[in-house]
Amino acid sequence: MPARPELLLEFADDELILGWRNSEWTGIAPFLEEDVAFSSIAQNEIGHARALYELAAQELGTDADSLAFDRTPEEYRCAPLVQLRLVPDWARTIARHVLYETADAIRIEQLKEHDDAELAGIAAKIEREEVYHRLHAEMWLERLRAEPRYAEAVEELWPYALGVLEPELRPVLAERVGRAEVAAVERSAPGEEFAALWEEMTMVRRSAPVGAQW
Amino acid sequence: MVTAEAVWEALAEIPDPEIPVISLVDLGVVKDVAVEGDHVRIAFTPTFMGCPALETMRAEMEEAVTALGGEAQVDVLLDDSWSTDKITPAGREKLREAGFAPPTPRGAGTTTLVQLQSRAFRCPYCGSSETRLDNIFGPTPCRSVRYCESCRQPFEQFKTI
Repeated sequence: MPARPELLLEFADDELILGWRNSEWTGIAPFLEEDVAFSSIAQNEIGHARALYELAAQELGTDADSLAFDRTPEEYRCAPLVQLRLVPDWARTIARHVLYETADAIRIEQLKEHDDAELAGIAAKIEREEVYHRLHAEMWLERLRAEPRYAEAVEELWPYALGVLEPELRPVLAERVGRAEVAAVERSAPGEEFAALWEEMTMVRRSAPVGAQW
Repeated sequence: MVTAEAVWEALAEIPDPEIPVISLVDLGVVKDVAVEGDHVRIAFTPTFMGCPALETMRAEMEEAVTALGGEAQVDVLLDDSWSTDKITPAGREKLREAGFAPPTPRGAGTTTLVQLQSRAFRCPYCGSSETRLDNIFGPTPCRSVRYCESCRQPFEQFKTI
């Protein structure tokens, strides 16, 4: 397991960027209920990111907004799975949702048992909300599991899903998803798709004077 | 001289910014109040982590302490000490009266889809349990949307977390 600040930043960056990607469905989801669901899930994920950044910031001597918005694109540690821009492809969006929430549950279970009480506490708090994300993912999995487009999307995203977790946890994910472990797409310096997201996400922050209050 | 009791009373007057029928004390988000001279330390536990009302709650608690002549320090606890079981019985009743079905008590295990899709949830308008889940998610992170088959009224269900 990585050292504490790295672990918090990886987790926070995953949640922030997935939250951002989920929010791209706001207004254009296939029907109104999903507009509401993806927007709400996005809001939760960004809330989790904020709390995780705050914990990391206490240790790094900075604040949550600086960690979320003031780093260069190369400094983000989010898994490649959450960086992919998937709108307007619903099958791939649901495949990512199912795979990410399954992987995230495994990560949270491990953190809840952490010796560090702060990490264990925040993981337990996040888990309370993640339960509903998994129920939503489960509902969609039931609807789409027999669809060829969904199966193709899972096939494509599976190496990315493995890259969300540390190597020692990957066999657990493989077992839960019912697939063989393959070479994972590892965390590395983010690519062009992320750079475009970063441009948009940090635009307001970069345009305002340092220290502006919102 | 500020007393802990006066601070609790003042906090019980602050409405939840999104569901104003219920106070912050009813909501169970004030974990502790410690007073030393004029210094008032409030231990505050957020509800849903992405809830935009958290900043407003914090500012209103600080204002209430200032009005009592104290100096507030609000410590936001990022631990797991809040759950919907912390909402007081009076708070649950106020929610129901305002048309929000209160959260069901937390069971031993985690919530399942079968439970959410079951008819164990009562309509806050007519009391019928002939209700169905319309959407796990709703207008704010804390709510789901259900529909009452008896009085044909959609209603908001506070999520159990």
